[in-house]
Amino acid sequence: MTYAAKNLTTDGRELIAFRVGAQEFCVNIMSVREIRGWTPATSMPHAPSYVLGVINLRGAVLPIVDLSARLGMTPAEPTVRHVIIVAQVKSQVVGLLVDAVSDILTITDDKIQPTPDVVSSEFEKSFARGVLAIEGRMICLIELEAIFPQEEREAA
Amino acid sequence: MDMNEIKEIFFQECEEQLAELESGLLKLNDGDRDPETVNAVFRAVHSIKGGAGAFGLDDLVSFAHVFETTLDCVRSNRLDPGPEVLKVMLKSADVLADLTNAARDGGSVDEARSRQLIKELEALANGEVPQASAAPAEPVAKPVAAAAPPPVNDEGFQPVAFSFDDFDAAEEPPLMEMPTYEIVFKPKSDLYAKGNEATLLLRDLSRLGEMSIHCDMGALPTLDRLSPESAYFFWKISLKTDKGEDAIRTVFEFAEWDCDLEISLIEDEVAQPGEELPMQPVPFDLSILDDEPAISVGVVEEEEQLASRQQDRDAAVAAAATASNVLQMAQSATRAPAEKAAPAASAAAQSAAAQQAAASAATPTIRVDLDRVDRLINLVGELVINQAMLSQSVVENDTNGTSSINMGLEELQQLTREIQDSVMAIRAQPVKPVFQRMSRIVREIADMTGKSVRLITEGENTEVDKTVIDKLAEPLTHMIRNAVDHGLETPEKRLAAGKSAEGTVRLTAKHRSGRIVIELADDGAGINREKVRQKAIDNDLIAADANLSDEEIDNLIFHAGFSTADKISDISGRGVGMDVVKRSIQALGGRINISSKPGHGSVFTMSLPLTLAVLDGMVVTVANQTLVVPLTAIVETLQPEASAIHSFGANQRLISIRNSFCPLVDVGRILNFRAIQANPVEGVALLVESEGGGQRALMVDAIQGQRQVVIKSLEANYTHVPGIAAATILGDGRVALILDVDAIVAASRGQSLKPEMSLAAAG
Repeated sequence: MTYAAKNLTTDGRELIAFRVGAQEFCVNIMSVREIRGWTPATSMPHAPSYVLGVINLRGAVLPIVDLSARLGMTPAEPTVRHVIIVAQVKSQVVGLLVDAVSDILTITDDKIQPTPDVVSSEFEKSFARGVLAIEGRMICLIELEAIFPQEEREAA
Repeated sequence: MDMNEIKEIFFQECEEQLAELESGLLKLNDGDRDPETVNAVFRAVHSIKGGAGAFGLDDLVSFAHVFETTLDCVRSNRLDPGPEVLKVMLKSADVLADLTNAARDGGSVDEARSRQLIKELEALANGEVPQASAAPAEPVAKPVAAAAPPPVNDEGFQPVAFSFDDFDAAEEPPLMEMPTYEIVFKPKSDLYAKGNEATLLLRDLSRLGEMSIHCDMGALPTLDRLSPESAYFFWKISLKTDKGEDAIRTVFEFAEWDCDLEISLIEDEVAQPGEELPMQPVPFDLSILDDEPAISVGVVEEEEQLASRQQDRDAAVAAAATASNVLQMAQSATRAPAEKAAPAASAAAQSAAAQQAAASAATPTIRVDLDRVDRLINLVGELVINQAMLSQSVVENDTNGTSSINMGLEELQQLTREIQDSVMAIRAQPVKPVFQRMSRIVREIADMTGKSVRLITEGENTEVDKTVIDKLAEPLTHMIRNAVDHGLETPEKRLAAGKSAEGTVRLTAKHRSGRIVIELADDGAGINREKVRQKAIDNDLIAADANLSDEEIDNLIFHAGFSTADKISDISGRGVGMDVVKRSIQALGGRINISSKPGHGSVFTMSLPLTLAVLDGMVVTVANQTLVVPLTAIVETLQPEASAIHSFGANQRLISIRNSFCPLVDVGRILNFRAIQANPVEGVALLVESEGGGQRALMVDAIQGQRQVVIKSLEANYTHVPGIAAATILGDGRVALILDVDAIVAASRGQSLKPEMSLAAAG
């Protein structure tokens, strides 16, 4: 608690870091509701390939998105070791399938470096908010609302 | 609580009062002559008037006033509530409802109609009725002294005369020929508790004419026995007025149920009531009471003064305490007068009714926000699912039958089911309001068509989920219109057919095996099958030589674009009648059937689920996915044989069922669960009926069983999925999708699955 309090005073922010395939990403911890294990999802008809289906989250129907597939990488083959990050995106709640949650980071804004000029697609540019260098690793900060734009999801 | 909230409460109460009014009038219409019914009707209008007055809703007040006056004539047996009178009154109730709605939503009202009704009501009140002032048939002339009850104790109290001479009433020129009324006004404690104030009533009374007033304090106990919130005084008033008894009653109208009021006409003007009693007149200026904040001071002083003359200081303090106490209440009440007025009247009505029949005491109710109830229902839904999951996993892991766990689980199961039922019951409401609305529709259409119709409703206390009730009104309105417009014949034709000129429409609701069944029967001509058949042939709905059973012909009227009315009226017959009804009933998870007897009328039977939060479904497997098909859509299930499957065109297949061909629809293919069509012989066909009336055989791989499922929204966190109505959670904790049968059938016709085709899903 003191740790968190200190962060607030130094204008820092907390991020949750996770692994998707060989890469590491992080999102703002404030948008994460909970982290739970993988349970088999019910497939949805006419769903985009990255939507694995829906699961029961204490009575609510929660769509599960394969983040790997969504970010244009190889689709995941979910196992019991996979983890679902339940995140709030605007008014909806979605589950993100990731390989593992690795860390909780406390950083200040100045630690965020601009996204290197290597990414080619517009889509990648839209979600990548910057990169962080933590203990020799590179962690990409992503914006969930860019990954799930409301319009696209409504049309899906 | 701000003004708008109070107003909202007022309108909510108005709705209740209007319902009360209408049901009372209908009872009278049925020949009920119970004075309590008349009183209930009167009170309903009266309460609306009272509340409306407080909010300055002048249109409403003036109409309610005229209505009330006429009802008062009925109440005092000066006007017999015959059919003609009640017809006007029912119309007036409709207008009153319109005016209330207009006052709430700012809509407009048919002013010509309300003016016309005001005239009719006034004619009823005046034309056929003796003047109000001449009303009391036997003027009571006996002296008041005799009527006055003996003092309860001998504490030395004696009645005191008040003189209101200085008061503004003196403006009225006293006329010798003015009748004198003797009024005995005996407030009960309730009068003060409800914020009424005797002094103010007396002041109002004094405005009617020349008045002398005597206070009887004989009932006042000694201080140690005095209860500060009780009423001990009563007043004897003699009033010279030409305004009539009604005007006097009007003064007491809000206090009527909280006091004993005797009004009698005295022929001998000179007789001063109470003259025989020794008393000392205490003149005081009540005009001080016009100054609101001074009320309490003024009266307390007055009371003190008065009491001191009785030389009993102790009692004086007590009396003062009583007065100031009451006045405090009165003052706080004036801050929310409207709120008080209506409930006071209705509460008084209740107490009056309770006196008559203690058994029919009103059960206490509370208003609860619907959201809170929904939240509770959702939680209970979770509990049920969780319990099912727990049971299932215990059964799976239970190797040596640990009976204590099983017993505990069984009890848990019973408890959860009980909780679920109880929670569902909270949302359940009687269908009464919808049925009552129908009686108005019947009246209006009967007027428009010149038919004479009697609506009989039965089982209006049958309860069903509120959402179902809300959605029931529209299809029911359609059907009632159809029944009156098409079903019933004109009076001439009815008489010619040997029936009574008045047609009967019977609306019944009852519970049957976990569903609500609503029946609408008319005693009209029944369905003209020849005409229906011809029309169907003309509209290419059936082949000219089609061989249809009577039942099949009857059901043709549910087809879109079907109307047998020879001429299009503005009531029904726009061709959007019964198919719309059928669709909305199906959207509620219900079914509708018709049976008709030529010459004897038709019966429409609707069967609806009691709630929209749960649904009876058939759990099926399609391409390793578990789906739920609403049971209401399924006509029958069958195991197709290879010989019954016929290929048609490129990749269409038909199944022959009893010599008719029905298109086969592979659900797995439509939902994109598999790339190629499954072999029909390996699966099960569900024969479903869709909104277009056509039948389709839906192919699924296997049927798992039938169960009640709790409906969950997909849209909340995802998006609408074409072909899927909603989701649910099965006993194993997994999500299963509920099929949108209509959308699937539409898709099989080559239309792409579009979101707007789906059923509206609750949850």
